[in-house]
This record gives sequence, structure tokens and C-alpha cells, in this order.
Amino acid sequence: MEPMSWGAIVLQILIQFIPVWIAMIVMFGVSFAFRRKLGLYGQLFDTMIGGIGFALVIFWVFTALFADMIVTHDPLVQVSGMKNKLPGTPVPEGTAGFGYYLLGGDNLARDVFSRMVSGSTIVMQIAPVATLFAFMVGITLGLPAAYFGGTLDTFLSFLANLILAFPVILLFYLLVTPEIVQTGLPTYMAAVLFLFPILFLVVLWNSRYFTQPTKRAVYLAVTLVLGFWIYLGVAWNADPLGLISVPPNILIVFVSVVFVNAPTVFRIVRGIALDIKTRDYVAAAQTRGEGPWYTMLWEILPNARGPLIVDFCLRIGYTTILLGTLGFFGLGLAPESPDWGSTINDGRKLLSIYPHPALAPALALMSLVLGLNLLADGLREESLKD
Amino acid sequence: MTKRDYDGPILEIEKLSISFFTRLREIPAVMDFSVKVQPGEAMGLVGESGCGKSTVALGVMQDLGVNGRIVGGTIKFKGRDLSEMSAEELRDIRGSEIAMIYQEPMASLNPAMKIGKQLMEVPMIHEGISAKAAYERALEVVTDVRLPDPKRMLESYPHQLSGGQQQRIVIAMALMANPSLLILDEPTTALDVTVEAAVVDLVKDLGKKYGTSMLFISHNLGLVLETCDRLCVMYSGEAVETGSIEDVFDEMQHPYTQALFRSIPLPGADKNARPLVAIPGNFPLPHERPPGCNFGPRCDYFETGRCDAQDIRMHPVPGNDRHATRCLRFQEIDWHAPVARAETTESTAVGAPVLKIDRLKKYYEVAANALFSGHKKVVKANEDLSFEAREGETLAIVGESGCGKSTFAKVLMGLETATDGAIRLDNADIEGIPIEKRGTDLVSSVQMVFQNPFDTLNPSMSVGRQIMRALEIFGVGATDAERRARMLELLDLVKLPRAFADRMPRQLSGGQKQRVGIARAFAGGARIVVADEPVSALDVSVQAAVTDLLMEIQREEKTTLLFISHDLSIVRYLSDRVMVMYLGHVVELGTTDQVFSPPYHPYTEALLSAVPIADTSVKKKHIVLEGDIPSAMNPPSGCPFQTRCRWKTEVPGGICESEVPPIRRLAEGHQIKCHLSDDMLARMEPVIKIAAE
Amino acid sequence: MLLFILRRIGIMILTALCLTFVVFALTNLEPNLEKLAKTQGNVRMTDEQVATWLEQNGYTDPMLSRYGQWLGVFPGWTREDADGKISGRCISRDVPADIAPQRCGVLQGDWGWSTVLREEVSSVIGKRLGLTGILMFWVMALMVPMALIMGILAGMREGSRLDRSLSTISIATTATPEYVSGVILITVFASSAVGLKWFKGTATSAMDGITFENFTLPVVTIALYGMGYIARMTRASMTEVMTAQYIRTARLKGVSFHNIVLKHALRNALIAPFTVIMLQIPWLLNGVVIVETLFNYKGFGWTLVQAASNNDIELLLGCSVVAVVVVLVTQLISDVGYVFLNPRIRIS
Repeated sequence: MEPMSWGAIVLQILIQFIPVWIAMIVMFGVSFAFRRKLGLYGQLFDTMIGGIGFALVIFWVFTALFADMIVTHDPLVQVSGMKNKLPGTPVPEGTAGFGYYLLGGDNLARDVFSRMVSGSTIVMQIAPVATLFAFMVGITLGLPAAYFGGTLDTFLSFLANLILAFPVILLFYLLVTPEIVQTGLPTYMAAVLFLFPILFLVVLWNSRYFTQPTKRAVYLAVTLVLGFWIYLGVAWNADPLGLISVPPNILIVFVSVVFVNAPTVFRIVRGIALDIKTRDYVAAAQTRGEGPWYTMLWEILPNARGPLIVDFCLRIGYTTILLGTLGFFGLGLAPESPDWGSTINDGRKLLSIYPHPALAPALALMSLVLGLNLLADGLREESLKD
Repeated sequence: MTKRDYDGPILEIEKLSISFFTRLREIPAVMDFSVKVQPGEAMGLVGESGCGKSTVALGVMQDLGVNGRIVGGTIKFKGRDLSEMSAEELRDIRGSEIAMIYQEPMASLNPAMKIGKQLMEVPMIHEGISAKAAYERALEVVTDVRLPDPKRMLESYPHQLSGGQQQRIVIAMALMANPSLLILDEPTTALDVTVEAAVVDLVKDLGKKYGTSMLFISHNLGLVLETCDRLCVMYSGEAVETGSIEDVFDEMQHPYTQALFRSIPLPGADKNARPLVAIPGNFPLPHERPPGCNFGPRCDYFETGRCDAQDIRMHPVPGNDRHATRCLRFQEIDWHAPVARAETTESTAVGAPVLKIDRLKKYYEVAANALFSGHKKVVKANEDLSFEAREGETLAIVGESGCGKSTFAKVLMGLETATDGAIRLDNADIEGIPIEKRGTDLVSSVQMVFQNPFDTLNPSMSVGRQIMRALEIFGVGATDAERRARMLELLDLVKLPRAFADRMPRQLSGGQKQRVGIARAFAGGARIVVADEPVSALDVSVQAAVTDLLMEIQREEKTTLLFISHDLSIVRYLSDRVMVMYLGHVVELGTTDQVFSPPYHPYTEALLSAVPIADTSVKKKHIVLEGDIPSAMNPPSGCPFQTRCRWKTEVPGGICESEVPPIRRLAEGHQIKCHLSDDMLARMEPVIKIAAE
Repeated sequence: MLLFILRRIGIMILTALCLTFVVFALTNLEPNLEKLAKTQGNVRMTDEQVATWLEQNGYTDPMLSRYGQWLGVFPGWTREDADGKISGRCISRDVPADIAPQRCGVLQGDWGWSTVLREEVSSVIGKRLGLTGILMFWVMALMVPMALIMGILAGMREGSRLDRSLSTISIATTATPEYVSGVILITVFASSAVGLKWFKGTATSAMDGITFENFTLPVVTIALYGMGYIARMTRASMTEVMTAQYIRTARLKGVSFHNIVLKHALRNALIAPFTVIMLQIPWLLNGVVIVETLFNYKGFGWTLVQAASNNDIELLLGCSVVAVVVVLVTQLISDVGYVFLNPRIRIS
């Protein structure tokens, strides 16, 4: 068979992404129609930058969701004779899946296109959740540091600066090694870090509803039961129902990414909270006898949401870059994993001769991070307009 | 560049319209605005916030930013149309021919440049003179604005100066090139009253000395009366009345001007006998202006089918000099008819003492230097506060920044604990109990209304939820439904529509937010309410309504109101007793009549003289205090006021500088902290005299 | 001022101690030591043999004591064999027991022995750091002026077309980590298959002599990623300054636009980016590691990777110390410089 022409390759790739296009058209159509009622999210469609960013991000979200429908081959299967083949090369007769390697084969004769698409699933699983956890930790520590000040602030700030003074790469090399996993350290760190979301929610409900005991009891019970179930599964791999489990090497990647991000979030939250603390409505809450946690979580935090949402987007991008860095150094994830960092790492050795195996995931990663950055920029611009 | 000689009007604005363009719509900011400023004349531009007065100034400067554009009319400076000038010609005029003085002195000076350099720049650009000559000029002008030690001033950075000094530097900068027109945009709003008085005095003198025409923008009618020859009243983007000070103040020909004067507390107004008349309704948003007369919906003389049927033009008032009004009915209205709607009320009986403060002291320890902490300094924020407040009484606490009034509020609320002394509420000591240890009853009975309406409500919680949360905390109501009902009643109490319960604070105007703040404070049946400058950030026409609301609720609930303010006009209007504070000391305490008539404490005297009064029949004694308020970190020895006191020489032996004066009782319930002899005190003349009509 | 610097240095030393201890603890964990024993002794050692080896080489002391020894504040361990042979931390074949110093740690200049590179750690680090220094110099020389110029041009007139395009470029470069831009740059400029073949795809030869051909790509790769960030910070700072009231004051006193930018805005606008640039240096370290690996340039980053992936404990410790010190010193400079640049803080 003849290799595919570039035009045919592009066309076929567009066809492969049909589920994504449909989902995006629906989403954009609905959002655009109701954009005046959707607050900040709706305003996003008024700026070019924000719109483009949002489209890029949504593209990768849907790609991750529909990855199984989009891939043309199993991302882990090696097809003999396809090693380092150029894009559009036909696969040998009898191979499962589509008749061509759309973006060529890598040095282990796997389909570059399918690996790139499956790579998005891994990123989308880890990056947003890890960022969310980092925010939980950063907020839970940053608010009291700013609110109480004094020794607590000094101590927590010192701790944050300590972690920030570590070059990230060194930290990864120290944390994400098989030896460390052997000692169980990541599990302990996970055990501590993952407590924060539960703690956060418990304090959140308690401070709000302590005047209404029944309501409080319901909220707390739900939070604690759900929280500890997930906690046991994620941190200790001991889910009594056996539904949730996280492989140890993913856990360590997850933990270290949260660990690296949390201090920065802490500093941002602390800075904003210090500013909002001086507002009269905070004083009003204090003068009616609200507890410190209510003031922090219900008076200060909601009003810090603008900059935090913007930073959240930026930080998902940064987390994606960190995940790529980990993969690039072959840390953490399994060697055959199709995540973008590892794939770039695999491809770089023969980069000068066969650039395509590394180029595809590199461009994918870049477009996602670019999308997140543009989205954050659009959000920032819109939120400043009010 | 040589300055053109021109003997026509300095500034001629003809039918000026300015609009701002947003993504959604065009927002007209100024419409059909005309004004002429003659050489040497001072023109006042008065109006509430959002009326377009600052936009006019920026239009004159041709500095409207990217979104603003002049959409009609002309601005002629010395006969030349400014909008037809090239960027270069404009640059030549800015700074040398037209100079501007701004509201916030700190923000208008470059923080990283020495003051001398910022001043010298002006003549160096416009006249191309050498740095040495420019330095000489700067030195001269800085001396002219009465700053001490001019050489050192020129070597300093802006942050090393106090607010008053910074404003003098800004004035000096404007005068460096001896401009023909000076635009002053609320030049004293950010300053304390006594400092404001000195700056206003300076501007007046320099205007005369340099022969400069002035465009004075202010929201304060009293200030305009003191500084200007003519004025122009603006409402919602239009000039509604213009004329000489005397004509407009005494023979006003526009309903808005009249309403404005009736809503500000002038001497003679009284909360019971002659209450203020608030202007009903709200200022229209720029894109929601009514057809016809903009003031129509709020006007008492409104005539349907006439006032809202056509665009209203300025009509000259016959018989007066260049007096014009934008009212169709000005000749039909009887301008001297007495106020019809004023309801008089009975003054409430004052009950038993509720709150007793006894020798209260509050000291802070602060690091002497923010960056290099090490040795600490003690700031004596409150020194020896003693007074009583009775049920149903309004006690005003008056003083300028740094006098310790806000610290006292914090201690009373329990946000801070006292260093020494006692606060007794119903004979229970509360001075040492921080807020978190106070019981619900205590917390709900002492509440506070905050100063800044834009800051007092949580922006991300609906109005109703905020009030309900307060009810929840105060233990009012057993269920959410009960609390909701009570919340709606509270909205009724502060005269807000019930529909506001579901609104977010950003959808409310400043006055409405302040009402919500008041509702929240009264949620738990407060017995003592501390109102920290509750109306000072509001527009004049709204102030009256909010003040009256406070008085009304007080009357009904028999609340003790501690009214913190720096505005003596409003204090005179609503308070039963007045306490004057200076640098943490109570310098005078007495009933309103006692404090507002001689004998005064020298500080009270100066304060009274400093407050601008918008009444041409009032004659004030002219007292200008030297220098600024000393820092509370570094108070003067002896009497706190001795550095600025004009009576100091009358006290023998210089004890003012060495001893803190004792508290002296002058009459029943009237005390002052001063070394002056009885004899001297008796010789004091009243500061404010109302000329017989 | 002096007091301030002293305080900062105090905190810095405390931080350095904490950090090095953490690194020490993490590199001296049981599994690491076991692996070390096996690589040093025999791959097929039994557990008992491992234990003996560790005991003989002083690895069984408590963690804190070993840290003290490594640091050089505690005396190095010594032990006497059954046959009377004295071994110890500071004793080796060249330095017999009788002349061996009591302490030999980092403070004494004894950084240990690299098991991978078979060299003194101090000489390895010195040599590699020099190579990285050259790289960093060129990166800074390219990145800082470019970023500042971009930021100032963009922030000078907010919302203009120049601003929009420069901002988009800087967002794009911040979204492109070194391992992505490196791949793209090599593909475009150095790939033997499709590229322009202007530059070389490796920088191995740059270790002997820098040429335009072999050094451009690594320098550009690192500079690009940092540049966008600094440019955006500069832009943000510049736009803020340009909307400040004192800029309006300057404009309304007739100062021309380029003088407003140069005399009034620039000094105020550069205070914030200065801190950012200094704090960017630890980030550059990241890029250095990636780029040196990607381009096979055997500098400090490459050494760090070698040490970490080969369990070379003492080399890794040495690298960590250097990295941590670099970070802390830049933080110190940024703090002090901030105070110095900002007259509001300097004179108070």
C-alpha cells in the first residue's frame, strides 16, 4: 500500500476526532447562547484570547474523555516493521485497528497518534486533581497564617519557603525513586496531605452551621463518610469496598506534585487574605462574634475567588509541565506509559533523525498548557472589568 | 515657549458633551455643558459623585483616556480650541498654561523621584532653563507654599512627607510655571479638616498673588463658598445652575440646588425642630437617565407632560449677572416658600446611664520600623478616657485622624482589650473581655455601623443572607423561616424594598448598602451602636436620608448612639452631647450647645473655624492651624495640642510644653483639658456668627 | 540595613541546615545504603554481608550523628578492627590514621568521593559548575534584556496591537517547557531529516569551545521559557505604573511620552521584575538540568542527573548543597535589592 499523503493524514486525524468536535460544538453553542447568564464563565466568550484558550482546554478534556473512541491502535502494542516509520505509513496486513500509522511509529514500533491521544487521559486524570489538592492544602494553611499572623504565620511561612527553596528537579529526584517508595514515605505524605480536604470541608460546614445542629450533623456525616472512604482508598490503598485504589507509582507522582505546588498556593492565599482581612465586612463579622474559621472561610475566601480561579488555571498548566518533567526524566510512571513526558523522553534519543515520535506529544503538551494560560489570561481580564 | 497674551475669557466651554465608550454601550458623562472662566476668576464646579465634574476637568486637559471622547461642543483656552491642537501643542500648554491639582497627593507624586527633581522638571521642559535656575525657582515656590525647611524638602522623597505637605508640594508643582488656569480636583478631600482649612487658605492667597484663574471642583458647597467667585452646580452630567456665589446661594433658581441646600446640616438645623429634608430617590445611572429633566423623578415641582417632554436648556435668570438655570418652571416656583414636608418630632427623653467609661487607656506596642524590627515603640492611642453615655442619647466623638476614636470603638467592641481603666456596661466590666469570650447577649447589644459603604457588606453574599446570618448568630428566631420574616421586617425598618433581600451588594448604591449595614447592626436589638463616620463617604443628598434613618431607629429603639465623626456640621445637627478628642486625649466634653459656644478648648475653636459652612450669612472667625497633626507614635510633650495652639503664649511659664493639663469643669457637664486661665477662657469670642437677616 | 542583612543571613543559614538535613536523610535511607553497599562491594551480597559492610563503613550511626560528621561539626567515626587496623571516616590510604584530622566534612572542604565519576566531589562540582556558569551567563545575557524590553514595550500602551502581540508571544513561551521547545527547536533547526540544519542538535562540543553553532540552541531553549514569565511580570508592573496617578501628573505637566516612560515609569516599573528575575534563577536550574540532558552538555545539571540516577550519595549531596545555596543567595540578593531599589522602604 502507498503511504498516505499529508492532506489525507490531516483529514483522517480530523475524522478521528469527530466525537470531540461534536461535544465541543454542543458545549460552545449552549454556552454562547446563555453567555449573559453565566457570569464570569459567560464573559469569557467576549474575549478572543479567553475563547481560544477555553477551546484548547476543552478540546483536550474531551479528547481525554473519548480517548478510546479516537485512538486508531492500542497505544501499548508494538507492530513489527513499524519502528520509527514516518507518518502515514501503512501497517502490515492483519494488524488490528486502522490501516495506517497516522503519525508514524516510535522506536518501539507503537502508534504515535494513539499514544498521544491516550497520553491526554493520564494528564487529565492527574493534573486537575493534584492542583485541586494543592489548593486545599494551600488554602487550609494560608488562611489561618494570614488571619492569625504571629508565630503561626512565621512558622508556616518558613516551612513554605523551605520547600520553595528546593529546586523542583532535585525534590523529584529525591522523592520519586523506587527506594523512597520502599520506605513508605509517599504513603505517609499522602496520608497527611489528603487529610486536608476532609479537614477543610469539616471546618467549612461546622463554622457555617454550628447554630443549626441538625443541618450540621447531616453535612458533617456525609463529608466524613465519603471523605474517609476516599481517603482510605487513595492514601492507604485500603478501601474496604475495594472500589478505589491508586497504584503506588501514580500516588508518588501525585503526592510530589501536590507537595511542590502547595507552598506557592499558600503564599498566594496568604497574600490575598492579608489584604481582604482589613475590609470592613470582616470587622463586621468579628463584631457580631463570628468564629475565626467562619470569618476565614465564608467572609474572606469567597472574595478571594477571582485571583484563585485564575491561578488555578495557570497552575494546572504548570502541573502538566511538572508531570512532563517527571516523565522526561523517567521518574514515577511506568516506562511504557503513553504520558507525554515519557514519550518525549523516549523520542529524544533519535530526535535528529526521527523527530516525529517526540514532536507529537510535545505539541500536544504545549497546546494544552497554552490553552490553560490563555484561559487564565482571559479570566483575569474579564474579572478585572467589573 | 512664550505665553500668549489674551484678554478674553481664559476658558470657554461651549455645549460640551463627553461620552465614554464601553463594549456594550456609549455612556454619556457630560452633556451640553457650557462655562466661561474670566482671568483671575475662581469658578467652582459642584455636584455629587458621578455628576461628571471630574470628567469636565479631564476634558479640559484633553486627557480622557482610551474610552473617553468629546462628542460635541468646544473647549477654548485663551481663544484656541483645545481639541484641534496637536499632541505637541497640548504638551506645551499642559503644565505651563493649565496646571492641575489632584485629590490624592500621595498618588500624584512619583514615589521613586526626589521632590526637587519633580518640581524642577516643569520649568525645564517648558522654558528650557538650566537645572540651577530651576532649582532656584523650586526653592522659591516651596517657600511660597509655606513649607518649612524648603531645601530639605527638595531633597526628600514623597513618602517622607505628611499628607498636607504632599498636597502643598503638588500645589507648588502646579505653580512652577505660573499657569493661567489652575484646575483643582477635590484637592482637600483626602486631608483632615484643620489641614484642609490651611490648604484652602493657601490656594486662595496664591490665586490672588499669581493672578491665576481657577476651576475648583468639589462636592462641598461650603468649600466652594470660601474659595470661589462663581459656581456651577452639576447634576447627572449637566450643569443645572450657574451664577455668582451670592446669586446661587441666596437666590437659587433650580430645584436641585434648593434640595441640596435643604439636605445639608447648616447652623440652625436641628434634628427635632428643623430636620433635614432628604432628596427622595436615587441618582440616575448614566444609561438610565429619564427623558426630559434629569432631576424630574426626584423633583417636588415636577410637572408631567412638561418636564419630561423635551430636552431642557439653560435659561438666563433675568436681573442677575450671568445667572442661568436648567429649569422650565423657575419663574413659576415660589423659592421662598417654607419647607413643606419637614416633620418635627419630639426630642426623646434621655434615660439612665448605660455605658460608663472610666480612665480607659489603650496602648499599642509597635515596631518602630516596619522592616528592621528591633526596638518597640509604645503608641498611646487612648489616654485617660472617661465619660458616660445614657439610654437614648447621641454622643458624638469628634476628632481628626490619629485622635484615637477608632481605637476606642475597637476596645468597646471587644476587638481589642483595654490596657487600663474600665468600660462598664450596666455595671458589668467588659473592657478586658475579647469578642470571642463575650456572650451572645453582650455581643448583640453592642454593635457597629461602618464607615465605608463599599466595604461594609460581603460582596459575595446576598443582602438577605447577611442579615439572616447576623440573626442566626444572635440567636433570633428558631427556624430559617422565622429569621427570614424578621429579616424582611428589618429591611422595612431601614426603608428598603423587601425585594432587596435577594440582591447582591454590588447591585446596591452606597446609601442602600449603608442601610443594610444599619439593619445588620440592629438585628439583635442593639442597645449601644457605634457609628463610625457612617455617612462621610456618602453623597450629600443621601447623607441626610441615612442620618434621619439612624435618628428614627434610635428614637424607636431607645438606642445609645456613639456617633464618630470629623464633620462638626452633622455633629451639631444630631448629637446631644459632644466629645472632642485629640491625639488620644479627650480635650473637651459637654452638651452640644456648650461645646459649640465659647468658652472653647483651643482645638475645638480651630476645628469649628476649619469646617466650611455653605451659608453666606455665616461669618466665621479665621483661625488657621500651623503644621500637621503630630504622629501618635511621637506625641509632643505636655499638652498634646501645644505644637499648634494659638493660645499657648497666653499661658505663663510654658507649662503647656511640660505638663499635661488637668481636666477642668467649666459648667455642669462641661469639661475641658486646658491650662488657660478662667479669665482667658471667658474672653473667647464665638467662632461662628450668623449675620442678622 | 546591616541588621536586616544579618537577620536574613541568619534565616538563610537555618534554611540551608534544614534543607541539607532533609536531603541527607532522604539520600541515606536504608534502601539507598543497601544499594550502595551492593554497588561498592558485591552485587550478590547477602543481607548479612550488607549489614557488616554498612557497619564497617560507619553507616550504622544515628542519622543525626552521620549528618554532623558529613557537615564536619562532629568528629568522623573511627573503628578498630579485630586485627588492630584503624579505619575511619577521615582515614584513607593516602591519609593514615595518625595524621588524619578529627573532623572531615563539608565545612573542612572535604565533600567526599563520587562513586560514579571516580573523582573527588569537590573537583567534579567545581568543573561542572564552571561549564554551567558559562551556559547561565549566556542565558541571562539573552533572556533578561529581551524580557525587559518586551515587557516594557507591551506595558507602555496597554491594549495596543503591540501589547497584544507581545503578550501572546510571552504567554506562548511560558507555555512551552524546555523539553518541548528543545524538541521543536532541534527538529526545526538541527534535524538531519527535515530541518534547516543551521545549528547542532548537541552541545557536547561546546564543553571544549563555544561556537554559535553548538551553543545557540541550548541557550535559546532555556531563555525562551524564562523570558515569557519575566516579560509578563514586567508588563504587569509597567501597566500598573502607567495607570498610576503620578504618571497622569507627569503627562499633565507636559512631559513627553518617551520621557514619561524613561524617567518616570521605568524605575518604578522595574522594582517588581527585579525580584522576579532573581527568583527565576532557581527555576533556571530546572531548565539547566533538562537542557543539559537533552543536549548532552556535561555541566552541573547533567551531573545532578547522573548522581541521582546512579545512587551516588555524596555527589548528590554535594549537588544539593550547591543548588540550595544558589537558591538562598539569590533570594537574599532579591530581598536586599528590593529594599535598595525602593526608596519607600530604603529611607524610612
